Amino acid sequence: MRLRRGVKKNSNPLRLHMATRPKYLNLLQIRMPVPAVVSIMHRISGAALFLVLPALLAWWQCSLSSPDTFDASKSFTAMPLVKIGILLLVWGYLHHLCAGVRHLASDIDLGTELKSARFSSWLVLAVSIVLTLLIAVRIW
Amino acid sequence: MVNRAVTGAHYGLRDWLAQRVTAVVMLLYTLLIVGLLLATPTIDHDTWRGLFAPLWMKLATLLCLLSLYFHAWVGMRNIFMDYIKHGGVRLALYAVVIAALIAYAGWSAQILWSI
Repeated sequence: MRLRRGVKKNSNPLRLHMATRPKYLNLLQIRMPVPAVVSIMHRISGAALFLVLPALLAWWQCSLSSPDTFDASKSFTAMPLVKIGILLLVWGYLHHLCAGVRHLASDIDLGTELKSARFSSWLVLAVSIVLTLLIAVRIW
Repeated sequence: MVNRAVTGAHYGLRDWLAQRVTAVVMLLYTLLIVGLLLATPTIDHDTWRGLFAPLWMKLATLLCLLSLYFHAWVGMRNIFMDYIKHGGVRLALYAVVIAALIAYAGWSAQILWSI
């Protein structure tokens, strides 16, 4: 960078500030407000649910075909690791659903103030986790 | 002039509205199926099949699944529009998602009507 004669680099406090201030582009360094967390989780859960669709359809078909395949699909879902996977999907589904309802509410101008938007974001997180825990208790 | 790319969002309300209508359909179906499952004391193969046996339940399930596939298309397309910069790659991904979702629709109908 060319500097004007007599001006020491970064001698201007404003310029020093410009040079050293962080450019918040690193997602891991940004402290995201809670509505942003809910938003990105909405997206991640949607993509994850899309990716597991063929597995869910295969399981559904298996469970309906015959008594034997019903038992097979039942014992498959009884495996601890599979149960954990199912609970993660259930959480993803419930989060996506609750965040979606919040979206519909903001479409009709409900909860668009900063305070209520933050509160409803916490509510989305809390309701989906509590419902997932209830289902976890029921299937375990 | 607006640059209307073939891999763009079609700049209209249609998909925005479809995303919401399909979401409400799935929400209602979720409440229905949870209610039906809670009302079924023991779920064995017979009761599980019996749940999807009536024509109205087949149609409701198919409606929910078709809504899901349309909803998934709009959502996946939005994700690709945000992150996939290369037009050709994006178009290829669109094609894969559309093909998969149409196949899932056929598969869903086959599962339901073999009960």
